[in-house]
Parts: sequence; structure tokens; C-alpha cells
Amino acid sequence: MTVTTHSTQNLDAFVRKDAAGRDRIELLVKGAHCASCMTRIEAAVRALPAIKSVRFNLTSGKLSAISESGRADPVQLIGAVQALGFTAVAYDPAQALQEDDRIGRELVLALGVAGFGAMNVMMFTVPVWAGLFGQELTPYTRQVLLWLAAMVAAPCALFAGMPFFRSAWSSLRKGKANMDVPISIGVLLTLAVSFSETLLGGAHAYFDAAVMLLFLLLIGRYLDHRLRMTARSAARDLLALQAPIAIRIDADGLRQGIPVGEVTAGDFLAVPPGERIPVDGKVYAGASDIDNSLISGEGLPIAVGPGSKLYAGALNQSGELILRATAASQESAIAGITRLMEAGAQSRSAYVRLADKAAALYVPAVHSAALMTFAGGWLLGLGPREALLRAAAVLIVTCPCALGLAVPAVQIAASGRLFRKGVLIKSGAALERLAEVDLIYIDKTGVLTQGRPRLLTDAPHLVAAAAPLARGSHHPLAKALAEAAGPGQAATDIVEIAGEGVEGLVGGRRARLGRASFVGVRSAGTETELWFGFEGETKVRLVFEDDIRPEAVEVVADLRAAGYRLAILSGDVRRQTERVATLLCVDEWHAALTPAEKAAMVDKATSAGRKVLVVGDGLNDAAALAKAHASMAPGAAIEASQNAADCVYAQGDLRSIPLTLRIARQARSRALENFALAVIYNLVATPAAMAGWINPFVAALAMSSSSLAVTLNALRLTLAGRRP
Amino acid sequence: MTLLLFLGPFSVGIGLLGLFAFIWTVRARQYDDPKGDAGRILTDHLQDGPPHQDL
Repeated sequence: MTVTTHSTQNLDAFVRKDAAGRDRIELLVKGAHCASCMTRIEAAVRALPAIKSVRFNLTSGKLSAISESGRADPVQLIGAVQALGFTAVAYDPAQALQEDDRIGRELVLALGVAGFGAMNVMMFTVPVWAGLFGQELTPYTRQVLLWLAAMVAAPCALFAGMPFFRSAWSSLRKGKANMDVPISIGVLLTLAVSFSETLLGGAHAYFDAAVMLLFLLLIGRYLDHRLRMTARSAARDLLALQAPIAIRIDADGLRQGIPVGEVTAGDFLAVPPGERIPVDGKVYAGASDIDNSLISGEGLPIAVGPGSKLYAGALNQSGELILRATAASQESAIAGITRLMEAGAQSRSAYVRLADKAAALYVPAVHSAALMTFAGGWLLGLGPREALLRAAAVLIVTCPCALGLAVPAVQIAASGRLFRKGVLIKSGAALERLAEVDLIYIDKTGVLTQGRPRLLTDAPHLVAAAAPLARGSHHPLAKALAEAAGPGQAATDIVEIAGEGVEGLVGGRRARLGRASFVGVRSAGTETELWFGFEGETKVRLVFEDDIRPEAVEVVADLRAAGYRLAILSGDVRRQTERVATLLCVDEWHAALTPAEKAAMVDKATSAGRKVLVVGDGLNDAAALAKAHASMAPGAAIEASQNAADCVYAQGDLRSIPLTLRIARQARSRALENFALAVIYNLVATPAAMAGWINPFVAALAMSSSSLAVTLNALRLTLAGRRP
Repeated sequence: MTLLLFLGPFSVGIGLLGLFAFIWTVRARQYDDPKGDAGRILTDHLQDGPPHQDL
């Protein structure tokens, strides 16, 4: 439900008190992209009475305003921003509170400290490297330089390593080993060996390697975090945009906007036309048409009147309804679907990411190699100290620098490219799952079709005769008829009976336009139709259809050519589904499915070993979206579906589907290439470390060159997107 | 070589100054709105300092 500056609406629910007792309002502003937009918005808001301070964040699109206590007026604030031509909606304060990105700030700090350490430690270790190549360096100077390096590197490494140490520790406590375990052991062992070597005057002091390793890994970690934050805040923006507000009517007849969560059973709520039903309830007064397509997938609007049962999420189309809530929002019919979704999300969280799969192979291999080096070296007569040093060298050169950077770099490049195309990927894991898809289930209404009716009956004189009545109605079918007829005169004396039709004078004669019973005929009602007739004359039928999207045929052919199996899953009636399937040449289609049946179909395909992609927009798709291996939803989908989906594509453009799948596959290839690079690097470096050929200079060189190689390989994804 | 004992810590100290400056900028939320800040410095109509603590 979009919050508009409706005169009946009261947005006080969005005003929050700050610590000093002043009022604080958060708005989400869409469409502001430049500094001058920012200037105009801030100036307009500051000019309002009682506003004390205002700040617009151009990056996130959020506006915060503080006003004098008790004088905040969200409606006026929204009006001021909208007057400049931007879209503005009140932002749910509970959502705004989560805005503080603490983990991100902690990672930036760790990155800063590691960067400082990596650069400054070089001052002392570069002369030591020179000593390795026979340059003049007395043992005393060397000792001083190494201690200085230790003073810089050790505290930096310990501080910057904290995110890794914590994650490794929590993984070990669960009896598993993630990639952070070898990183932590590698860093701590490197520091320990370097200290003992410095004390004993040996050559193997790797202070520089320890900090550099952390610096490079933190870059990867920060990129990964940024990717998740962008997706999460975009998802929250979508939620806030649909900020659910219900209009409650109290005992005195006063209307007040309240958050849907506060509605209790027995409340009287007003639902204006064009808005969604906030909670389950029964019609108390009023009559209208209800579009249940988001709940059941059925395209035909249903007429309701006093006593009819309404389900949360249905769209009120033509007349204002007063409903009596029969359930609070948590108990509404939506809640059942939400439970199905949660079950789906749980099964999905069992997915093992590529990097973790690699870690499961990598960690034992590396640790046994290090152990073998130590045991073997000692047995072959190297002595415990030299054997330990070589084992440590193995751990240092195999530290998964390339791996830690490889996957995040690929995913940030891929999601950045998709973002520019209007596709928002919610996580790196989602991108990996999208690459594995082989079966696609597509919803019909609103995904393959435009989701709005178009007049099918080709009879210009009839359309022209009915159009004057249609122009006086708010009903979507009547609007489609008026649109087909073009501009013209409206009928006079119009009376609209919500849920039935319109009556009025066309050229002096009384005529009716509406459902069959209203016009006075009987109809099977299997099609989306309106009846029209002058008083006492034959009544005629006007048939409407939901058009398929113009790019649908091309996209279906594209996907089929790329080797995907495709099927249409619809909650709509058989005839309509068959029509769309025939038009698109899709031979596998299933009609009249309930939300649970859709989810069951996904389960069936999954247990048959298929990797299913579900594309859907309605509440009836939400459970299937959550259960599928991967899922996509158009930007116009309802919030439950957008939350359940792995990615959201803008403007409902179906071409986003093949594009996303292609880029996801490219990203997987790049990630696998990076793993291959890392394996080759290790196959060379590990024997060298075992043989004792690694010195601090070689370690630093190898580490940065392998990281550079994987990053450049990841950037090929971005470059591929730039080419015409 | 005793010069090293002086120059080493001195250069680390300069580096630390930079580090502390960086930590301050993170704490002062100077990285929260990179796009907006780039525009703020160009006009006199906007307050171009870091955002107030409660905004």
C-alpha cells in the first residue's frame, strides 16, 4: 500500500521522538540524483514552519528532519518534497533504526588499520629484503629494523584480524572449519614465528606478509559486505515504500492512519478504492469489486457487499469499503503463506556456497601439508626449528588470499553490472544459485502479461456507444474500455453502483454498462467481460484480455535456446493460461493452482534433481519463490514476493531473466577460474615452501601477485559489460 | 645507525597521525553519503560539515 498525501490519512505513526524530546521524521525520496536536487529538497524542507534541521542523504535517498516537539507534520513535509517533483514516502521508524551499519564501519576501521600497517611496515622490511640480496646490512641494524617492523605489524595484525579470529572461533565451536580458520592460524603462526626468528636472529621474519595478507583479505570482505548492504537496504526501501497503513474509524467516526500491526480484531477500517485490504475481515458497509489475483492468481474481479469475506492483500477496485477486521495482521490469511515462505527460506539456507565448498577441501589439505612438512622435515634430519619454519612457510604461502578475494571480487563485479541493468541481486549466494538453474517456472499474471486488461472485442460502433458510460466509472475494465475508445464525451446523469456497473444517459437514452446480472442477462462468466445495452434493446458483450508483454515471445525463445526447460504455473483459470501458453509456444503449463500446489510443484521438481528458478509477483507465488532453488520477482510485485525472491528486476522487463542467468553463469565461470588460478599457485608455492626456498620477499611478492591475478580476472566481467 | 632509532618511530608517528585522522573520519560518519558530500562542497546553500549526531 503506497502512502499518499490523502486528506483522510494521518501519518503520525511515522513521527518518532528523539532523546531531546524533539520530533523526528524519516522520508524516503525517490528520483533525486544530483547535487541541485539535494539543494532544492533541503531548502524546501527548511522553509517549512517548525523544522529545526534537515539532512538529505543523496547516496541512500533518505531524508531526516527534526522539528519542534509536537509540531511535526509528515503530510506537509511529504507535500513539500512532492511539490518539487520527487516521490516521497514516510519511512517506518522501526526500519530507520536499523540503518546504522556497525559491521560496515568496523570493517572500514580494520581495513584502515591494516592498510596503515601494510604500508608502514614496508619502511622497515624493504631494507631487510635488500639484505637478503647481499646488500650491506649489519646484524645490529637488521635487528633494529625487525623490531620496529614488529612494533608496527603486530598490533595492526591483531586488530585488523579480529573479524577473522571471531568468525574462525565461532565456526570451530560449531565443529566446522570455514575459510577463516586457516587465515587465523596462518596469521597468528606467522606472527609467532616472526617474533621467535627476530629473537634468535634468523632470516624468516614475515611481519610484512601477515599485515599484507589481512589487508588484501579485508578488501574482499568489505566488498562482500557492501554487496549485501546495498541489497538489504534496497529491500528495506521496498518495504518502506509499501509501508502498511490501515485507516481505522473510531467510535466517533474519526479516521486515523495506524500501522497495520496495531489493528486488532473488531476494528472498523476504511479501504478506499485502489488500496489493498490490510487484514482479513468482513465487509460492514459499501460495495466494490475485489481483485484477488495476488492471493489466488485468478484474474476475474469478484463483487463484494456487506457480509462478504475479504482477505488481506486483495485489491479494492471500485468503491470505498468499510470492513470489520476479523483477525489481526499476524493471524490473517497472509500469515499462512508467510509460514510456508519461512519453511522455504530455511531449506535454502542449507545451500553451501562455492567458497565454503572450496574451504572444505582446502583447509584439511593445507593443514595436512603443513603437518607433513613438519614431521617429514624433522624425520629427514632438518631439526625441529627448521622443520617448524618450513611448515609455517607452507601455511603462509597457502593462506587463501586469492580465495578470500576471488569470489567477492567476482560477485561485486557481476552484481554491479546487473544493477546497472536494473536487476538487484540480494546476495552472492543467490548469484551462485542462479547459475545452477535448469528449469524455469514462470507465473502468468503480471509476469508474462501486463497484469491489466485490454479490450478484445473489435466493434468500433459498439465501443463508441459504450465509451461515454465507461468514462464515468473507476472500474479497471471500464477504464480499459475508455482507453480503447480514446477521448470523448462522458454520459450524463451517471450513477455508479459499486460492484455492479454504471447507468446513465447516452445521447438522451438510458443505458447500462456492467456485469451480466446488472444489465439483465445471464452469462457463464468464464471470461473477463462487461455487458452493455440501451434500455429495452439487445445487450452485447465486451470481452477483455490481459495482454502478454511485448518481449515475452523473444525471451521465451531465448531461454529455450539457452537450454532451459520452461513451464507456466498459474493460479488463473485454464482457458486464460492455455491462451498465453499457446501464444508463447510453451507446451508445459499448469492452471488453477493454489499457492500450496505451486510450492508442491517446486518441491517435486527439486526432489527429481532439478534446480528450479521461479519467477513470480503475487502472494500466491511467495511460497514457491521461497522454496525454489533461485527466484526472481518484478519490481511491481508485492512485498512478500520481493522479500522471498533472490533478485528483483525493474519495470517488469522479462529480458532481465536471460540476462541475469547469463551473467550468473559468467560469474560462476570467473569464480571457478579464480579457484583454478589459486590451485596452480599453490601447486607451485607449496613444494617451494617445503624445500625451504621461501623468504619474506618471495612471500610478499607471491601473495600480492596472486591477489592481483584473481582481481583482474574478476574485472573481466565488468569489461564484458562495457563492450557494446 | 642510532639515527634509525629516532627516524623509525618518527615516521611511524606520522603514519599514526594519518591513521587517527582516518579513524576520526569514520567515527564522524564522513563515509555515509559519498555522493551527497561531493555536491555539498560546491554550493553555499548547504551545510557541508559532517552530519549532526542525531541526523
